[in-house]
Amino acid sequence: MIDAILTYEFLQNAFGAGLIIGVIAPLLGVFIVVRRLSLIADALSHVTLAGIAGSLYLSQSVAAFATLNPLFLGIAASVGGSVLIERLRTLYKHYEELAIPIILSAGIGFGAIFISLAEGFSNDLFGYLFGSVSAVSREDLLIVGAIALVVLAFIALFFKELFVLSFDDEYAKASGLPAKWIHFMFMIVTALVIAGSMRIVGILLVSSLMTIPVATAMRVSKSFKQTIVLSILFGQASVIAGLVSAFYFDLAPGGTIVVTSILFLLIVLIYKKIAVGMKRGAIA
Amino acid sequence: MDAPLIEIKGISYEYEATKALDNISMKVEKGDFLAILGPNGSGKSTLLKIMLGLIKPSKGSIKLFGVDAKNFKHREWIGYVSQKSNSFNAGFPATVEEVVAGGLAKKAGLFRRLPKTVHEDVLEALKAVGMDQLLDRSISELSGGQQQRVFIARALVAKPKMLILDEPTVGIDHQNVQAFYDMLASLNRDKGITMVMVTHDVDTVTDRVSHVACLNQTIHFHGFKEQFQTLSDEERASWYGHSVRKIHHTGGGH
Repeated sequence: MIDAILTYEFLQNAFGAGLIIGVIAPLLGVFIVVRRLSLIADALSHVTLAGIAGSLYLSQSVAAFATLNPLFLGIAASVGGSVLIERLRTLYKHYEELAIPIILSAGIGFGAIFISLAEGFSNDLFGYLFGSVSAVSREDLLIVGAIALVVLAFIALFFKELFVLSFDDEYAKASGLPAKWIHFMFMIVTALVIAGSMRIVGILLVSSLMTIPVATAMRVSKSFKQTIVLSILFGQASVIAGLVSAFYFDLAPGGTIVVTSILFLLIVLIYKKIAVGMKRGAIA
Repeated sequence: MDAPLIEIKGISYEYEATKALDNISMKVEKGDFLAILGPNGSGKSTLLKIMLGLIKPSKGSIKLFGVDAKNFKHREWIGYVSQKSNSFNAGFPATVEEVVAGGLAKKAGLFRRLPKTVHEDVLEALKAVGMDQLLDRSISELSGGQQQRVFIARALVAKPKMLILDEPTVGIDHQNVQAFYDMLASLNRDKGITMVMVTHDVDTVTDRVSHVACLNQTIHFHGFKEQFQTLSDEERASWYGHSVRKIHHTGGGH
């Protein structure tokens, strides 16, 4: 496997992007999960689909789009979707969750229109939907790297504010933290991670890499920082195992990565059940 | 003489065409322990949110520490303890130490790390509320009363000059409520922290505070607790909307 990675550029791109996503998706995912925004990640991934499909369609008819990486329009759609979600959440103050199905269905709706308008990009589209080991270009890797720098800088600069906001948003506002702006930037960064991750994991499975490793880590961690570290470890292990198995068995990496992360979750759940049972037995 | 810590003049607040607060004027001086009493829907929490700058009044002005609230920059001087059930994410994976350290975020400032003394600061705040033994425990494992003490410690860690508390005893069992108010009274007495607290516990709290304000859309009474305690049940009922009897609690302790 190592020889293959050293030999083939597409594998270097896939593993490079995978390793980066294995860090940033669960890292941001911790904040998404504790802030109960998991479904927003799903909504944004479907908006990204509309952007990608739109770009692929336009590349057939508009010369300027023929050479443009579809990831750019995917990123633009995702960021635009995150802004729209926030606007809708403000508009429907008492029904904030309504923003999610509205944006999610809008994403699928536009995506379906672009897919049916264009014909002949089913292979490309399959890669975007479920991830691909072979389709990650050097440009994709550079985009993912740039997104990672933005995410890491954002988390490093606003970690303490994000923690307070996630734990208790009313307290964050009352204590004078710029909660509104930090939340807005958080949504933009989330949109970037979703758009960046979908080359490897696929649009339909990207939110799972942000949530399943976190769900696993939360069962065994004792502190917030430990939750972050364990989420990244579970995420990273899922990406590596998923990519290796996808390469050897010629499977979509999105599927293998997510199934691996679910296996980790099951192992941890069983371990916790046994540990709690043993503890109760010892007390009795 | 120091400026009042809070000075409210002619505040009114309307929400969806309903008047929640009508022409409120009051002052909170340094060292006061003020209990704001009132029935459900009387506008108590709205008044606190206006004091904190979370919502803007429809009319009137508010000064914090002698400065117009719009221009007030030292938010770290005011510690806030919300109703636990309202805002706290109960399953949050964090230790008591991490939660309390969050109280230093505003004081440290944007783009800056928490101070190097964060551990000592957190320990000191937890000692003040008798919770220093639980530093490493997960916040979700604690009882309601313990959690609320942790939130007081979070408000104390930045060494505020004033604490604003919104029904802090919601979810705490009766025996621990008395001990909780004793702790607040000692923070006011020993550390000189000014307290403004919204509560329903009329007679438990009036033994421990210095001032009482009775609110039901407008201020019906604001004065020393001794004056409040001389009010008859009928006088209290006239603003409370229904009968308010003096109840003597027995027991207590923690």
